[in-house]
Order: sequence, then C-alpha cells, then structure tokens
Amino acid sequence: MQKREIPRPATARAVMPLLALAVGRRARLAEPPPGREIPGRLGDLGFTPGTELRVVRRAPLGDPVEIEIRGYRLCLRLEQLDGLVVEAEPREDGR
Amino acid sequence: MSAAVELALRPVKVALVGAPNAGKTTLFNVLTGSSARVGNYPGVTVERREGALRGATREVRVLDLPGTYSVVGETPDEQIVATALAGHLAGEPEIDGIVCVVDATTLRRGLGLVREVLKRGRPTLLVMTMIDEVRARGGKLDPTALSRILGIPVLGVVGHRGVGMDPLHRLLPDPSRWSRAVALPPAETAAQRFAWVDEVCAAIGASELEPDTKTDHIDRVLLHPLFGIAVFAAVMVLVFQSIFAWAVPAMDAIDAGFGELGRLSREVLPPGWATDLWADGVLAGVGAVLVFLPQILILFTFIHLLQDVGYMARAAFVVDRVMGWVGLQGRSFVPLLSCYACAVPGIMAARTIASPRERLATILVAPFMTCSARLPVYTLLIAAFVPSATLFGVVGVQALVMFGLYLLGVATALASAALLSSTLLKGTPSVFYMELPPYRWPTPQLLAKQVWRSARAFVRRAGTIILATSIVLWGLLSFPRAELDPARTPADQARANLEASAAARIGKAIEPMIAPLGFDWKIGVGLVGSLAAREVIVSTLAQIHAVSDEDDSIGLRDALRADVDPRTGRAVFSLPVALSLLVFFVFALQCTSTIVVMARETGSWRWPALALVYTYGLAWLGSFVTYNVALAFA
Repeated sequence: MQKREIPRPATARAVMPLLALAVGRRARLAEPPPGREIPGRLGDLGFTPGTELRVVRRAPLGDPVEIEIRGYRLCLRLEQLDGLVVEAEPREDGR
Repeated sequence: MSAAVELALRPVKVALVGAPNAGKTTLFNVLTGSSARVGNYPGVTVERREGALRGATREVRVLDLPGTYSVVGETPDEQIVATALAGHLAGEPEIDGIVCVVDATTLRRGLGLVREVLKRGRPTLLVMTMIDEVRARGGKLDPTALSRILGIPVLGVVGHRGVGMDPLHRLLPDPSRWSRAVALPPAETAAQRFAWVDEVCAAIGASELEPDTKTDHIDRVLLHPLFGIAVFAAVMVLVFQSIFAWAVPAMDAIDAGFGELGRLSREVLPPGWATDLWADGVLAGVGAVLVFLPQILILFTFIHLLQDVGYMARAAFVVDRVMGWVGLQGRSFVPLLSCYACAVPGIMAARTIASPRERLATILVAPFMTCSARLPVYTLLIAAFVPSATLFGVVGVQALVMFGLYLLGVATALASAALLSSTLLKGTPSVFYMELPPYRWPTPQLLAKQVWRSARAFVRRAGTIILATSIVLWGLLSFPRAELDPARTPADQARANLEASAAARIGKAIEPMIAPLGFDWKIGVGLVGSLAAREVIVSTLAQIHAVSDEDDSIGLRDALRADVDPRTGRAVFSLPVALSLLVFFVFALQCTSTIVVMARETGSWRWPALALVYTYGLAWLGSFVTYNVALAFA
C-alpha cells in the first residue's frame, strides 16, 4: 500500500537545528533531544528552552553568527551552537 | 585610637564588576581620572587596574575587575572576580563594597550577573550605564523601582558624558551605609534565573527597545558578505601603510636626533670610557628603542579609535573564521598586525582578547611577525648577497627573498599557534562570545588619554629595563680593551678593541654551536649584540669589520663581501651563509624588550623562557637546513 503524504498545515512550526535557521527568521529554543543538554555557558547567556531568538546575520565568511535573544545580541561560533534545536515560527509566506 | 576613628582613616576599597562592554572601564576612567595604575594579577594573564576616586574627602580605592558574563570561576578572569566577591583577593585589603555595572540596553542579561553578585551578600551598588541609549531607543528605565525590588541603591549614568555621576560620588565612600539587598527567591537553573529576570523587568515596566537603526544600517554595509571583507581589507591596509609610510619621517628624525646627540656628546665630553658608555651604551640603546615611538603612537591611535567607534569588534567578527583555523580568535588579528611595527605594542594590544588561552597564544606567536627592527638586517644582507637579477623579466629576486621572509614569519606564527592550541594550550576552548557594540562617535579626550597611557608605558620600559640591557651589552662589547696602538687607524683600533672584548670571547665560545649554520665567531658577536635589539647586529658587524662609519651601508656591504676566513682562505660570507643568517633572524626571539613585555603581560617568566627555547631551536634548525640546502645548490 502506498503511503500518502499528509500535507502539513501552513501554520505548522518546523523543528530544526538552530544552525539551519534562515537569517532573520524567528524561532523558539526547543527542549534539547533526550540525552543532550544545553551547555551551562549558553544557559548563562540566556539560551533556555522556550526563549525566542533570531539569527541577525552571519559573518561574511559564514562563521560566527550574530543572534538576538532576550533583547540583546551576541556573536557565537557555529560549533558552540551545534546541537541546539529550535521551533521556527511559521514563515510569513506560509511555506 | 578608637575603632570608629581607625575605620574612618582606613582607605575604603570598592570593586567594579560587570560584563565586557558594559561601560565599566569608561566609568572607571571617569571615576579615577589619571590616577589609575595598570598591572597584572600575580601569575595570570589578567589585567589589574586600580585608582583613587577623584575629589573624595577620604581615600577611596577603586578596583576595576576584569569583565565577565558570569562569576562561576571557570576562567582566570572569572576566578579573580569570584575571589574578589568573596572579599579577599590574595595580598590585598578587604573589599568594602561591590559596584555592579550593567549596560542598561542589555538589562535582561545584566540582571543575571547582578543576581549572582547579590547572592554573595556583600554591600552592593548597581550602576546602569548608557541610559541615554535606552531613551533614544524608546525604552523606559526606572532606577527607583528597581532599587525597591532589589533593596540596593540603583543609579543610572552616562559614563563618557559624566551624566549622573554626582550621586555615585556621594555614595561610593560609604559602602557600610548602602541599603542591603532583599532576600531573593531561590533559582537553581538558568531558566529559573531568567524567569526571575523577566519578573523584575515586568515589575519595573522595562519594555523591549526599538532596534538601533543607525547601527543596523551601517552594519548592512560594513558586514556585507562582499563589502564587509573589502572594508576590512581596506582598514588593515590603511593601518599597515600608516605604520610604515607615515611614521618614517618622524622615525628618521628621532634616529638622526640621537645620532647627533651622540656626536655632540663626543665633542663636548672628554674622551674615555664614561663618554663611550654615554654615547654608545645609553644614547644608542635608548635611541634604538625610542625610534619606534612614532609607529607606536600611530598604532595605538588606530587601535583605540577603532575600538571606540565600535569597528574593532566588527573586524574580529569578519576575520574570526580564519583565525579560528589555527586556534586563535578574530581579536588576535589586530595585535598580530601591530607586530609588523614592533612586537611590544602588539603584545600589549593582545589585552583586547578576552579569553586567556587565545590571548596567551597570540602573545607567544607575536615575535614571529616581521617587525621593523628586522628590516635593516634584511636590507643589508639581501643587498650584499642576493643577486639583483629579475625573474621572468619582472620580479626582482631581491624583492622576492624579502617577501619570502615576511611570508615565512606569518606562516610560522600561524603554524605555531595551531601547534600551541593543540598541545600546551589544549583544553576546552574558551566559549567564544562577543558583542557588536553600537557605533559611537569617539571622544577625543578619552582617545588622547588612552594613547598617552600606552605610549607612556612603552617609554617607561625603554627608560628602565632596555636602558639596563643596553648598558650591559655595551660593557660586553667594550671590555676588556686591546692596547692602544698609535699606529692603527681609529677604525682598526675599534676592531682590535672589539676582538679583545668579552662579547668576542662569547662569540668564539659559541662558534662550535653556530658553525654548522655557516656562522663564524664574528657573526657570533653580532648575534650577541642583537640580543639588545635585532638591528644592533648591523652596527656590530660594521665595528668588527672596521668600517669607520656605521651608516655607510655600501662600505659595510663591500667589507662583508671581502671578508676572508684566515684559516681556510674562503669568504666568510656567501649566499648560503647570508640566507642562513636571514632565516635565523626570522625565527629567533632576539629582543630583550619583547621578552620583558612578554613576562609582564603573562605574569610569569615561564612563557618567555618557553618562547626563547622554542624560537632559538627553530632558528637553529631552520638555519641548518637552509645553509645545507643552499650549499648543495651553490
């Protein structure tokens, strides 16, 4: 029997690695996958589950990235953000 | 004497705690004026700044603790802050009060640190900086409400304009009378702490700020994927150009001035060893270092200017990826670039690197960058021994060799950084985070003060340690002397004196060690002399070859070419020897000032000792290989 693809509603939240989040798109930090936790340092900087954040820009060479969180901005290296998962807000164009 | 009187006479000590970029250092400068003393905490690469509160009726010492985001105590910076918060820094009087400095535009993050500080239960005062920026971005700020919630005094200031400083001046001398913090609700996790922060912000009506559109607009250009790199390159070329082109007239003037001073001294003073000591030891030694002052003034003006307007953080952001490949940070770039002038200001500029590991790595590889003191040596040897032919009709071989030496320096610096960060400095990499501060107009007075402070530190070193070393080396090069023979020309007498000197004995003693590199004892003497400063080898070689005028570089060139080893009858200098010596100068840390600064900035003699062993080992190996390969092809 062939599986039918169920079209996702346009308002669905997409769960994805933070590093895959497009520049400018808002997302909420998700609970880390089982067995992993958010490093304490990032916690001190405000990276706690449920916090809204946004990738403001990438450096011209791609790394580091500037992230807006809790009303302030921080530059962090990609390797430090590896493993963080976010739930992206639906895009305005509904895709 | 009663306890109360004693307490009133004892100086009060307050410490500033806050995140990097919170405006802590600006506040410190405004509070203490020019009384600040900059040093290091014993044994660690952490800068220590202390000064007296200006215009206070009793003595109030203000200690500017290193900027930290957290006080857990994982990095050396944080450990210092954690110890200070516990009240007892080793060997220092007790700290009476903590001044917590928070950037009002990033209040949500700052309050997390405030909470950590309040938990320690010491008298605490909260200063919110940059309140003008909050208002400009449509935000509200209510220090009174925040003070009610926390229990401690809360003040809003604009540090660089001196706004709101009067209440702070009134409160600082009396930490014992500050209102104390209320009991805070317990919070174990980061999430609980930030939930508390959100509650506090809601209670004082702090709203989200509007984006800083001016800064965003500028960044859209300066951090653009394409223009961003172009702007970065342009700024760095400008800095590079300035230290070479713009500084040269002033450097020549200082050089000529010291030369003239030496000549005048010889005319006025009676001949004898005291005059020689003054002219050849003191004047020549200090002059050889002070000649770098114009470069250093220009360099520090650029560094502080870029820092003040906010571009320095952007430059680090742009170049971070490349520096990360070898275990350094974006912030390492400008200090390393500064080393093209002189490693001393470069190593001092490494203070802008917040994380100690990367700062140490930057300091240790800095001496490999081609400083201007190597230039006279390179120029002399290349002009004398590298053929002035052109390759493919366009590229001069001499220019190519010069470029190759610069390249070898950078490559060694980067490779050594990679080696260091995977061996000695291995460990969990410091969490890298930085902020891109809003663009600001620089304050000329503040800029001038910073440049003046850096230049003063440099001159003070030239006046003390470097002076002492040049005198010692002068003694080695001058004593004991050969007998005065009226039949000799003055130049021959100078050569005879040098041959009889202690330095010549050292040169002859180390000859077996340097013979495999193609060097004879005369070059050995030059190497001993170059311990004061690299370019000293030029004048030492001039003396030993009895060239009457050391500025006569053509004369010296010919003398070097004509020099023959009496034992073998072969020329002392050949292309292989010259190349070998050039490579030696690329690697070896032959600079007393750099060694001293390295010890000062790292807070221990361990690191300069390691650098000496490493660079001289590399120099010996590099020269050995170069000499033998060149011999095989010659």
